[in-house]
Amino acid sequence: MDALLLARMQFAFTIGFHFLFPAMTLGTALIILISETLYLVKKDDTYRRITDFLARLLGLIFVVGAATGIVMEFSFGTNWSQYSRAVGDIFGPILAAEGVIAFFLESVFIGVLIFGRNRVSPIVYWVAALLVFIGGHLSAFWIVVANSWMQTPAGYEINAVGKIMLTSFSAAVFNPSTVARFLHTVLATWVVSAVMVCGIAGYYVRKGQHGETARTMLKLGIILFAITPLLQLGAAHGHAIQVINTQPVKAAAMEGHFHTTRGANIYVVGFVDEANEKTYGIYIPKGLSFLYNFDFNSEIKGLKEAPKENWPPVNLVFQSYHIMVALGMIFIALGLLGAWLLWTGKLYTAKWYLMGLPFLIPLPHLAHETGWITAEVGRQPWIIYGLMKTAAGASVVVSAGELIFSLLMFSAVYLLLFVIFVLLFVKIVKQGPATS
Amino acid sequence: MENIQNFQILWFVLIFILFTVYALLDGFDLGIAILLPFLGGTKEEKDTLIASIGPVWDGNEVWLITGGGALFAAFPHAYATAFSGFYLAMMLVLLALIFRAVSMEFRANDPARAGLWEKALIGGSALAALLFGVALGNVIYGVPLTGQMEYAGSFFTLLRPVPLLFGLTGLAAVCLQGACWAVMKTEGALQERSFKAVKKLLWINAITAVIYFLVLVVTFPRLSSNILFYVAVWLTYAGLIALYYSLGRKNDTAPFAESSLSFIGLFLAAGALQFPNLITASNNPQFSLTIYNSSTGLYTLQVMAVIALIGMPVVIGYTVFVYRLFKGKARTDNHY
Ligand code: HDD
Ligand code: HEM
Ligand code: HEM
Repeated sequence: MDALLLARMQFAFTIGFHFLFPAMTLGTALIILISETLYLVKKDDTYRRITDFLARLLGLIFVVGAATGIVMEFSFGTNWSQYSRAVGDIFGPILAAEGVIAFFLESVFIGVLIFGRNRVSPIVYWVAALLVFIGGHLSAFWIVVANSWMQTPAGYEINAVGKIMLTSFSAAVFNPSTVARFLHTVLATWVVSAVMVCGIAGYYVRKGQHGETARTMLKLGIILFAITPLLQLGAAHGHAIQVINTQPVKAAAMEGHFHTTRGANIYVVGFVDEANEKTYGIYIPKGLSFLYNFDFNSEIKGLKEAPKENWPPVNLVFQSYHIMVALGMIFIALGLLGAWLLWTGKLYTAKWYLMGLPFLIPLPHLAHETGWITAEVGRQPWIIYGLMKTAAGASVVVSAGELIFSLLMFSAVYLLLFVIFVLLFVKIVKQGPATS
Repeated sequence: MENIQNFQILWFVLIFILFTVYALLDGFDLGIAILLPFLGGTKEEKDTLIASIGPVWDGNEVWLITGGGALFAAFPHAYATAFSGFYLAMMLVLLALIFRAVSMEFRANDPARAGLWEKALIGGSALAALLFGVALGNVIYGVPLTGQMEYAGSFFTLLRPVPLLFGLTGLAAVCLQGACWAVMKTEGALQERSFKAVKKLLWINAITAVIYFLVLVVTFPRLSSNILFYVAVWLTYAGLIALYYSLGRKNDTAPFAESSLSFIGLFLAAGALQFPNLITASNNPQFSLTIYNSSTGLYTLQVMAVIALIGMPVVIGYTVFVYRLFKGKARTDNHY
């Protein structure tokens, strides 16, 4: 196997794995902040128990996130050294800013959140919860900036010797896709944690464990589960428009749309026959044109506008995009259903609903991962959209043999981490919140 | 052009500071972990030792992450050459860091396999501490490079005697940092044992440091006319001698500062020798990566300087605040 393909496999695997953890951290930090605020305001110990329980889970989640995150930080140098040489001017400062502005804040105060309950006053504890929340979201911001710059580069010029030079830091940071991508990604992490908390609390309520604490936790979870996917629909729509505007080839691949047409269809499910350049499936006629600018007959660019060597793998992008969207719709329905049960006072006794909740926990992760696959595979063959090909970004001195070694190492180690993580996560959940 | 040179020098100094502070802070985390089997007799004592670093080790590791990010942003060629060139060694570093990170948390939640996670913690920490020194030793002692700034050696090129000496010197210093931290954070029998460990490590460090400084001047005679080198030697030995007297007085807070001072001396000698090189080419001095041929543009260096000079004082401020929250002897009442 050639080194480039191995390097891509390794990156996709390690980032896909890392991302499972920050995806849980951010939303969990949000729920901790809400619950700790309610504790400060209402002085009700129920909320303190919820915070302490979630902080214990956060300790476990965070540590795996940190351990696998450092691999990502190194990976640009180890595996994508040509890319690093080319973009040091822009991508480097963004990663450095993430360290200075975000990682320090989150890591320093998470120590207080996990170890400080008996050492600091409630106010200081609350401030620590707030700063962990802010630090986590700032780190997501900077990493999304880095990624968005690769998707829609801005604020640079190419100098006489062909080097990419930064000309405006603010234009690079707020490039055309940063805001849309950040909102969508952050909301996605909130969905992940809302569903996680619903799954855990739903389990307790159905088993009749942890009384009031479990019901309050479920209520918090359900409210978020009802709101976040709806907000997500708005953010997602904005993001989709952004992609159609800035990356028409990717947008066309997402819908398996080959020929530029007016009144383009939108698929609910389908299959792309790449060889014959045809897409089959169930579709809403003219739906895509309508969604793009609320006009059934607007024009949507097709893949054929670009030379075939600049197409991404169309079916993979199409399928991952459709899995994400379908899951998004399912979340809206299930979240609203939960809110209705809560509203009508049936939530705590609706066994069938409570029974289902724990099984939902992996689904937002699936939406998350397929969303990133859409974004990243859809960007191919470019590592920086329109500027640099992925093939030109890989390290030149790293051999296929070395990559096989590292890929095997990461596979083995991450599999171990994953198994232990799940076992301990379940164990902490079984122990549950403190009872006094 | 003069202007950009000032910023290149500034970034050399800032990155030097980031990595030095990383070594001082994560040094005691790694040191505590490496000394775990020697200091911690009972399960409770091990818990106390781990609790002494529990709330802070992750923040300490961010100095490394930020140092790496700053290297990427200021001198991307040095970052790209070293990280891709030392590929297998870097993978070992990552493996070590992964295990040392997760093992404390896993140990706390998984009593049935606590012994296993302790071994992972000790092994990961020792390997990381050793490899950092070896890596630094290599970029200073020199490695073969091509005219295209690519590494031209193999994995085994990295394991030559001089870089290994750097590794051992660093390992000894890290252990001393850990033992001094233990003296400050523990009481009773555990503290007694830590005092004894500091004493032994003091002598070991006095010896490794002599060898280190001698090998440096003999290999690089130009150092003998560098004033900073003498300052470095003085710092290291002033720290070690003051530590010797603190031990006599059973002072439990001063040793950590004194051990840090001696560690700074080791770094200062390396930094003074290396400037303005980043990665020395052993085959042809013209191929060396220096701060002048490896840096990003002036504007990037300026933007980063603004971020660092505003951001880092804030970081230092709240880091000190949190260290003060956890001041005093380590307690195991929470979490671990
Ligand atoms: C819980 C997770 C989740 C859910 C329910 C959705 N998404 Fe999403 N989506 C993501 C998680 C995600 C993501 C992983 O966060 C991505 C990857 C990159 C990004 O910006 O967000 C993403 C990317 C992404 C992209 C762009 C790819 C790019 O960045 O180039 C589009 C157009 C959409 N999404 C659209 C939608 C639509 C129309 C949804 C229907 C409700 C939807 N997403 C639900
Ligand atoms: C290739 C891209 C990425 C790199 C280089 C990277 C790097 C890192 C590093 C070095 C850490 C450890 C920090 C510590 O020790 O405190 C980390 C953790 C973290 N990362 Fe990533 N990361 C990447 C992708 C992402 C993405 C896409 C997100 C979110 C949108 C994200 C969010 C976080 C968060 C919130 C943490 C804190 C630790 C945790 O919550 O588990 N990262 N990352
Ligand atoms: C956290 C969620 C992310 C996931 C799941 C993800 C997934 C992927 C996948 C699947 C690929 C391989 C695409 C291919 O080769 O066909 C890829 C490539 C890549 N991504 Fe991401 N990515 C994520 C975030 C990021 C971020 C935040 C950055 C930048 C900071 C980034 C930078 C890259 C780079 C440099 C490559 C390698 C070159 C390439 O193959 O295009 N990714 N990613």
